[in-house]
Amino acid sequence: MEFNNQLSIYLQIADHVCDRIQLREWAPEEKIPSVRELAVTLEVNPNTVMRSYEHLQQLGVIYTRRGLGYFVAPDAVAKITALRKELFLQEELPQFFRKIYLLGIGLDELKDRYEKFKNRQAKAH
Amino acid sequence: MVSLHDLTFSYPGSKPVLDGLSLTLEPGRIYGLLGQNGAGKSTLLYQLAGLLFPDSGTCRVGNYEPSRREPAFLQSVYIVPETFRLPDLSVQSYVRLHAPFYPGFNAEICQSILQQFLITGNDKLSSLSHGQQKKFHIAFAIATGAKLLLLDEPTNGLDIPSKQQFRKIIAGHLREDQCMVISTHQVRDLDSLIDDILILNEGRILLQAPVSLITERLVFKKVKSHGESGKPLYAEEALGGFAVIARNTNEESSRLDMELLFNAALSGNDSILPILQD
Repeated sequence: MEFNNQLSIYLQIADHVCDRIQLREWAPEEKIPSVRELAVTLEVNPNTVMRSYEHLQQLGVIYTRRGLGYFVAPDAVAKITALRKELFLQEELPQFFRKIYLLGIGLDELKDRYEKFKNRQAKAH
Repeated sequence: MVSLHDLTFSYPGSKPVLDGLSLTLEPGRIYGLLGQNGAGKSTLLYQLAGLLFPDSGTCRVGNYEPSRREPAFLQSVYIVPETFRLPDLSVQSYVRLHAPFYPGFNAEICQSILQQFLITGNDKLSSLSHGQQKKFHIAFAIATGAKLLLLDEPTNGLDIPSKQQFRKIIAGHLREDQCMVISTHQVRDLDSLIDDILILNEGRILLQAPVSLITERLVFKKVKSHGESGKPLYAEEALGGFAVIARNTNEESSRLDMELLFNAALSGNDSILPILQD
């Protein structure tokens, strides 16, 4: 996994786990890799993975079963979607607005393009 | 697990390399030891391994004083020096002859790491390349299960896949009762492994802090212009703008840029270090 230089590693690991869950690679109620296994896969310090797992546990995305390890929460996908939507609206959208404002791109033009994009997506699936 | 107090050491006829150095290390953590060339990183590791003795001050590792070189101490520490010579033996014979010195030696772990590094038992140590010898030494070191593992520039001479494997091996084998100290200039090779930063400068520890604490109090980012992040504590020109260190006032989460922090700490900047001290 390539880590980017901006976000702290433990949050990037948490993101990686959320991706696996959102893409249904790790199903609800399924056991996820142990701290050690994920540390080896991602070549990071196990203490860092531990921190990521604790973070995800607090968010209710994963939970532990005593002595058995970590599992995907039943409603993990919905939770991740809600969290990411919130993050997008708070962080990315203002930046996006700033750019279209600076470039003088109007909402009408965006709307046309977005409709076309949606059609292409629908066809692809 | 390790505690040094006011330790001073000089090589014959020169000024002290370690000069009143104090340091405490805990088990279950990986320490990244950074310092300029000649700062005394290797000297410090040799002190911990019982290969050099303090002129004054104290050095304790577990319940031992390394300079007494008691067998029980020597069984519990292992150092992979930056340069070394291995004898003219096969991998197998070396392991057979040296493993008995380490009661915790795990032959299976040794075997599996050697396999990952593509080194086989019949290989002659002296005919291996420098990088392969280093990998052999690292495999042996991890297999000893030593409580204190000292690695001096472990990724020097390793090719790209081996560096990746090295990270996997360290991530996979650190136990809670073990402490690792890795000295390095190649911070980009190792920064995802390091729990705590140690910066050695002018014979003392200039900075010791967990990565988590550093990123809690400081934020590392790229900005297009100086003004963008308020007043940075430290800035360096970088591609596309500036790499800056600023006070983390908004609970931002950023990734520690070890090179930038190292340069800032050594630049004589007096605003950053106090923020990291309790």
